[in-house]
Parts: sequence; C-alpha cells; structure tokens
Amino acid sequence: MNLTSLTAVALGKKIRAKEVSAAEAAAAALEEIKKKEPQINSFVTVDEEGAIERAKEVQKGIEDGIYTSPLAGVPIAVKDNICTKGIRTTCSSKILKNFIPSYMAQAVRNLEKAGAIVIGKTNMDEFAMGSTTETSYFGAVKNPWNTAHVPGGSSGGSCAAVAAEECTCALGSDTGGSIRQPSSFCGVTGIKPTYGTVSRYGLIAYGSSLDQIGPIAKDVTDCAAILEVISSYDKKDSTSVRRSDLDFMSALTDDVSGMKIGIPKDYFGNGLNEEVKQHVLSAAKVLEEKGAILEAFDLGLVEYAVPAYYVIACAEASSNLARFDGVKYGYRTDDYAGLHQMYKKSRSEGFGPEVKRRIMLGSFVLSSGYYDAYYLKALRTKALIKQEFDKAFAKYDVVLGPTAPSTAPEIGSSLEDPMKMYLGDIYTISVNLAGLPGISVPCGLDQNGLPIGLQLIGDCFQEKKIIRTAYAFEQTRQYQRSPYGSGIPADKAASWKGGDRA
Amino acid sequence: MRKLYETVIGLEVHVELATKTKIFCGCSTAFGGAPNSHTCPVCTGMPGSLPVLNKQVVEYAMAVGLATNCDITRDCKFDRKNYFYPDNPQNYQISQLYLPICRNGSIEIETESGGTKHIGIHEIHMEEDAGKLIHDEWEDCSYVDFNRSGVPLIEIVSEPDMRSAEEVIAYLDKLRLIVQYLGASDCKLQEGSMRADVNLSVREAGSKTFGTRTEMKNLNSFKAITRAIEHEKNRQIDLLESGEKVIQETRRWDDVKEYSYAMRSKEDAQDYRYFPDPDLVPVHISEEWIQEVKARQPELRTEKLLRYQSEYGLPFYDADILTGTKKLADLFEATAKISSKPKKVSNWIMGETMRLLKESGMEPEEIRFSPENLAKLIELVDNGTVNGSVAKEVFEVVFAEDIDPAVYVEEKGLKTVHDEGALRSTIDRVIKENPKSVEDYQNGKQKAIGFLVGQTMKAMKGKANPGMVNEILKEVLSQL
Amino acid sequence: MANIISDETIAYVGILAKLELSEEEKERARKDMGEMLDYIDQLNELDTSAVEPMSHVFPVNNVFREDVVTNGDGRNDTLANAPFKKDGGFEVPKTVTG
Repeated sequence: MNLTSLTAVALGKKIRAKEVSAAEAAAAALEEIKKKEPQINSFVTVDEEGAIERAKEVQKGIEDGIYTSPLAGVPIAVKDNICTKGIRTTCSSKILKNFIPSYMAQAVRNLEKAGAIVIGKTNMDEFAMGSTTETSYFGAVKNPWNTAHVPGGSSGGSCAAVAAEECTCALGSDTGGSIRQPSSFCGVTGIKPTYGTVSRYGLIAYGSSLDQIGPIAKDVTDCAAILEVISSYDKKDSTSVRRSDLDFMSALTDDVSGMKIGIPKDYFGNGLNEEVKQHVLSAAKVLEEKGAILEAFDLGLVEYAVPAYYVIACAEASSNLARFDGVKYGYRTDDYAGLHQMYKKSRSEGFGPEVKRRIMLGSFVLSSGYYDAYYLKALRTKALIKQEFDKAFAKYDVVLGPTAPSTAPEIGSSLEDPMKMYLGDIYTISVNLAGLPGISVPCGLDQNGLPIGLQLIGDCFQEKKIIRTAYAFEQTRQYQRSPYGSGIPADKAASWKGGDRA
Repeated sequence: MRKLYETVIGLEVHVELATKTKIFCGCSTAFGGAPNSHTCPVCTGMPGSLPVLNKQVVEYAMAVGLATNCDITRDCKFDRKNYFYPDNPQNYQISQLYLPICRNGSIEIETESGGTKHIGIHEIHMEEDAGKLIHDEWEDCSYVDFNRSGVPLIEIVSEPDMRSAEEVIAYLDKLRLIVQYLGASDCKLQEGSMRADVNLSVREAGSKTFGTRTEMKNLNSFKAITRAIEHEKNRQIDLLESGEKVIQETRRWDDVKEYSYAMRSKEDAQDYRYFPDPDLVPVHISEEWIQEVKARQPELRTEKLLRYQSEYGLPFYDADILTGTKKLADLFEATAKISSKPKKVSNWIMGETMRLLKESGMEPEEIRFSPENLAKLIELVDNGTVNGSVAKEVFEVVFAEDIDPAVYVEEKGLKTVHDEGALRSTIDRVIKENPKSVEDYQNGKQKAIGFLVGQTMKAMKGKANPGMVNEILKEVLSQL
Repeated sequence: MANIISDETIAYVGILAKLELSEEEKERARKDMGEMLDYIDQLNELDTSAVEPMSHVFPVNNVFREDVVTNGDGRNDTLANAPFKKDGGFEVPKTVTG
C-alpha cells in the first residue's frame, strides 16, 4: 500500500502514532509524483528538497509535542496562484514563470503552523481563468480517470494530484466553481468556503470579490480538517470575517434526520446531462432515506448568474492583472522601443489567449460610457441573486444539485467555444456571487467511467450543515479510486523529467 | 481692441498627510532612506498582497473637512483609478471617486480690496501617492523608487470660485494654515507635501457660462503658480482673440522657461475605469466619531489670534504675524511658557528671527533653534548678563546652531562688565588716546561723545554696560 | 450578433488594457467580445431599478490599521524579482523626453 492512498487524516494519524515518519510520507508522495507526472502533469513545481527538509523539522516538532494537528507531517499540494515564500508561484502563466514570492499566503502559513508540508505547486488554468486546466503555460493537466479528458478547472492540477494519489490533499481556489467543478470531474471532494473565511492574503487575485481558497481531498473528513486549519481571521485581509465557529470537524456526524434540503428545479432543466441528473437525484434519495426532508423549489435567476459573473470577474481581473507589466517582476519582452511598447509586448507575449480575452472584456465593461450599463447592472443582478438564496435558506438548511452539467469533456473540445465552456459553470457561479459555501462530493460514475459530483450549498457561515450532509451521504458509499490512483497503467509508463518543465 | 475677459480658476490641491505609516501598509513615510527601502509587498503591488486602511488617514481627512465646513460622507468608499505608469505599482491608484469623504465645504479668504470672499470646496478625497521616477542623464532609462508609493494624500478640490492669482494665493495660504494647524501635514510646496494643480478658463466679462478649461501641473511655489496663471490666462485670451479654440487638456508648467506644454499622448486614453475597490470595505463614520475628532481638534488660527491679544496682551499686529505660520505660533507659545515675558518673546521672533530668516532665504518651518535657548537668551538680557548688542550677536549663533546661550556667553567671555574701576581706567585711556574728540566735545560738539562711547565699547570688546559708559564718560569729561 | 464590435473599439480597449493583438487575435476578439456582450445583454431582461449595486456580500465596514510602523527595510525583497534593476530602483524605458 502506498501512503498516498490513505486519506490525509489517516496518514496524519499514522505519523503521530510514529508508524511512519513525516519524511517517509513526503518521500512516498515524491515517488508517486515522479511516477505519474509524465501522464498527469498536475504540478508546475515540485519542491523535493524543501519538502524533505521541512518533513525532518516537522518530525522533530511532532516528537517534541509542538505539532499536534491532524495534518502534522502530512504532505499537501498547493495551487500555483497561492504565494509560497521561496517557492516560485506562477499562476501557470508565462508572465510569472520566474516569480518567487518573498511572502507566504496566510492559508499556507496556517498549514505550516499545523505542521503540514508543502510538497509542490499545482498546475491550473492560467490565472485561474478556465474550466479545463488546458490554458496553462505549462501544458494541460490530464484527468486521472481517463487521460484523454480534462480534469476540469481551474484547480485541475490540485484535483488531479489528489485523484491520482500523488498526494493525499491539496489547496485550490474557487472564483466561479474552480474547486467544485474539477473535484466533480476528478471524483474527489472539495469545499468552497463562505467568502471571508480563508484569508485571501497571498492568493493572486482573479476576481477579488469572488475568490476563496479551499481544500481538496479524498473525503469530507479531510476537507473539514484542512478547512479548520486554513480558516482564520486575518488582519491583512480587509474582507476577512471574524468567526468563532471554525471547528468544522465537529460537523462530521452521520446524522441528517430532519435536515431540510431544497432541490432547485432550475438546476435540473435543459443542458443537464441525463446520467448526471439520475445520479444526483439518487444521491438526494439516499439522504431522504437517512431522514432528510427533500423539497423541490424554484430558485430563480439561475440563467443570469453566468453573465453577471463574467462582467464582475472580468472587470476585477482587468484591474488586478494590470500589475503584470514587466517592471517589478515577471516576464519582460526582449525587444521594445519605449515604455508603452514595453508594456504592450510584455503583456501580449506573457498572457495566454483566455486571459487576454477576459482582460479585454473587463476593460471594455468598465470603460467610459459602459460602466452603468454593464458593471453596475451586474452588481445589481448579484444583489438579486443573493436575495433568491436568502429566500431559499429561510426555508432550507441545504440546497442540493449537480456540481456541473456534465462529466469531464475530452481535451481540446471546449476551448474552441468559450461560451459553451462558460455555461459549464452555471451551477457553481451563483454560489460565488452570493458569497456562500459549497461542497462537491463524488456520487457515482457515468457509463464512460467518469466521475459525477453532487453539490451541496449552504447559507453564509453554514459550512457545518453542508459538511454534515456530505459526510452522511459519503457514509453510504465507498471511495472510488481513479485508474491512476491505484497505479500507472503499464502501457502509459514513461520517465519523469522533473518538476520544472518551463 | 481686446474684449474684457474674466479668469475662472479652480484648484486641486494634494496634501501629503503627516502619518507615520503609509495609507495601506505598515511602511514608514519618513523622507530619505535608500531607494525602495520603505517598501513591502503591499506598496509595491506584489501579486496577492492586500491593502488595509490606516485609521489616522481617515481622521486627518475628517479633521480637514470639518475645519473647511464640509459635510462628512457617512458611508464613504474607495475606488480604483486604472492607468498604466511605472510609478504606479499596481497600475491602478486607490482613490475615491463615487463617495469621497468630504463634500460641500468652503473657506473664507481676504481679498485685495479688504473684503472677504467664500471659496467653495467641492470635495476632499483620500488616495495614495505614487512612487518616484529618477531619470538617468546618460542612458535612455528611468528608475522607479517606491518609497513614496502609498504615502497618504488628501486631494482638496475647490469650486471654480477664484478670479485672480491673488485669490488663488490667498486661498492656498489659508488652506495651508488650516491644515498645518490641524497637524495633518506640514504643507511644504517645495518638497511636494502640498501640490496644487490649477484649472483655468477665461470668458468674456459678464458671461454666465464657463469657457473650456485646462489643467496646469508641476507648480512648486507660490511664485510659479502666479506666473503660470498669468501665462495661461494670456495664452487662452490670445487663442480666443485670434479666433481659435481652447483645448481641454493637461499642461505642464516649466518655471525656468516660464512656459507650459500639453501633456498629450496617444497612449493616454484618460479613461480611468473607476470601480469600487473590492479589497477594501466601506468606511462608516458615525456622529460619535465626528464628535470625537472635533473634540480633539487643536485651536485654529482665528481662536489663536484672539487669545494672543487677550491672554498675552500682544498687539494685533504681532498676533497676526505670529499666528500666520504654525511654526512661529508654536515657537512663540513654547518660549512664552518658559520665559513668561510674552512681549519680549514676540519682539525676538518678529525682529531678529524674521530678519535672519529673510537674510538666509529660509521658511519659518526651517527654524532649528529651541524655545529653551531663546528663553535663556531673553533672561540673559533681562538680568543684565549681556547687553542688547551682544545678545543680538549671540542670537545669530543660537539661530544657526541652536547653542545654549548661557554656556556660550560664559565660554566666550561676553558678560557685560559692571566693574566701575575697570570701566574708568579704560575711559581714561580712551580720553588720552583721542584728544581731538575730547576737544570737539568741549567745544560743544555733543556728537563727539558717541565716538568716545564707541571707542570705549570697542576697547571693552562690546561687553560694557552702555548706560554706565555714557554716564562715566560725561562725568569724566565734565571734570577735565 | 446584436453587438458589433468595431476595429476602433478593439484598438481603444487595447490601449486601456495595454495589449497588442495580432490581426488574427483582433478578429477573434471582435467575435468573442460581441458574443459575450450579446449574452451579457440578457441582464437587461431584469428590472433592477430598485436594487442597489452590491459590491460586498457582507455588510462589513471600518477595517483599519493603527498608524504604527511594522515594516523594516524591504528593499532586497522588493527588488528580488525585478527583470531589470539599477541603483536600487526598477529600471524602465525613459518616461520623459528631452
């Protein structure tokens, strides 16, 4: 048995019980990464030396009783838009390919305080803009269930790394579904917390009002444990929220009796794959059998979430990404005459097409004469969407639906039609607009053997309700390993070329 | 013949606030320091960094707003102003467009004719300063230093209520004094802690509509402002007289060449795409908070002017000059507190201090000597330790080097000689050496005694008590 | 397509965003932006006249720092990733002429 086949909490338990050392756990993860990276490509940077060194330190800390958390000694992968001091952080973009932060994201600092070990930085859609992890400068990530398919995105590297058992758990970020949708496609569990729960300090911003860091792992228990560690009030993040209910592991009870679950009819209409629909509805039935009360309802405004999201996210992105200009860090073009050409060439060469597309759209909707019609209109729509959820949560504890309308598409099939790709986020995006917590848990496989995700949405600050519901559902089924989880298919073996491929 | 024109002027004044730290991070705002030494991820726009608002900035902005009769916006927000420039690390500046902290204020200025006039304040908003660009003289490049990036500013935007350079200067003077008294900024034009951009248009006298305005930047002194206004007014009138149009544009003043030029570029769209900064939360200002800031507000000039006359018994003339500069008022009060001879303190400041400032081309803010040393000097004169002319010499050293005058007088042996014996022997010698003057005096030339006093003082190295010298000389001469 | 994006618009947005697109990219951008705006125009079906724009989902306000210096000399870290630096500053093409 490989150590990475364990859950993070189970591995942590073994480490604390001295059955394995932190260094052995790190070495096991590095070994799996070496084996599987040629096919999966879930990492941009693997910090082999740093991880082993840190594991030795942590081991000593565990023995000295300094580290007692469930994650002490557990290797973890971190999405490459989350700053890690001394480890390059690229956002999977050419423009940041050599950027080494001098500061640590607060979420990673919290992980380190708990004794977790950062093993490497995971591949993603460039600047988290995409739903397939194909827009990375460092190449597309492959789905460990079927390498002809995408892992979803934008946290595709983190989800694929967990599904391929290159490590037990990872951090992702979610602006419009970027944790939940790839979790669904890769058959793993991921939580997008309530906005303000995990500090955004050190998360390279895409859409600042929507971005949240969250956990990705094999099961609900791991996600609850990681979320408990990374959540904190951070005075460096003005949008951070003070909460006293961050003991998420206390919600791991197999009990949904009396839990009121609302099922939005609008999430089961046109565009939803029939197999996905059946699996999600059976999952709801399972919860009903366990004592939950189901009720279908009209959520309303579902179709307006995606357009409102693209206005807000792209507008914020156009401003957030202005800082990448070849002056302070990152890529600068070789050949230029004068300041403005230096800016234009560096940015045009440094950013990929999807990023440019969104910056252009964002700049346009904010430009003189369009601000009211587009940007303010989108912010008003956001307010209406929030009201719809407020109404729903006045009646229900949890809202249940699919995470994505389909299972993972084939590589190359989405990028040609951005509109279609954007619509793939229809069930996840409104959760970000309303600042709500959401979780995706595996609920079955389609006939092609690709995973399907069940999404549970909670009211603001009600992570415990979705954790409890997801946990109760999870108790009814076995964790299904991806083909790459259990090992590399013999015909796919190839030699590892190291973590730094750019 | 030329038509009659009226000049319409509004000002945008940037004031650097006197906080210890920057507006959104814990970096020092101190001047000096190696390039980029006062920087961190936040004020250099590092990816993933986030701003957190300095509370003192809000309180200074409120204080200035209250002192200029503004309405305080109860829920104000920060917006991003998007434009690319290397001194702007994020390529957006955090500022306030939609809900600035103060609005609808006014201040009163004295006009040349002796009357008063209200100048409206459209708004005051908070924002961050940019870094500094240093241009290489030899190579085709510039360097960016972010030490000033993120230093807090308030921008005070006036209504277009001014009609002449004199009114502009009066407004700036008044505004500067208010801000200085509040301790919100030192407002030094030369050093850039106060910067004024002039919006100017001209129209035919009597017209009710405004002409097209231009914005003039890079005005580093009151003199430059006056010159730029005259120049721009004439430039616009010349354009109109020759049938051309004034173009709305930003112009840069070159005070050496006394000329302005348009700062135009096809790469500057002037479309700033303002939107609320999602990284900062709104500022809610309660009535209680406003009252707190009001209660902490220091005495302003008008109150001080009255108090100097009633409490210290100073004449209006003295009180007016002393309160005209925060530094002089502070110096006066601190010295008067130690010496308890306010009129004498006032005389030293109004007389010798002002003279030396003028001679050395210094601003009152540059005064280095301490109230303690001025008070000591006043005491030395008062108790007869030194005479008036020695005191003036000693003061020059106090002014330049802030020395302790008591120690200095002792060390240099400058104490007044009160010893009558020593005086008489010196006088005898002077009389012997100057028979011509003695004769003149005895022949009725009263003035000759002045020469003899001077010779005696010179022989005593200025340390004699002049009254005694005069008295003894007269006595000795009458007995010859 | 209801929204026809002109070459001028693409050029103008390029100036704002400091992006220089190839002819092919421009063509693609016109099409993509037009399609996106058509899609976004759906929002006009909603009557939002009585709704305040919502920037922040939670009514959090007054998050402040005290005015205390917490950062030391940051120049090494600040300059560590600079593509070009000289004399302790970031080197850029000259920003003034003459």
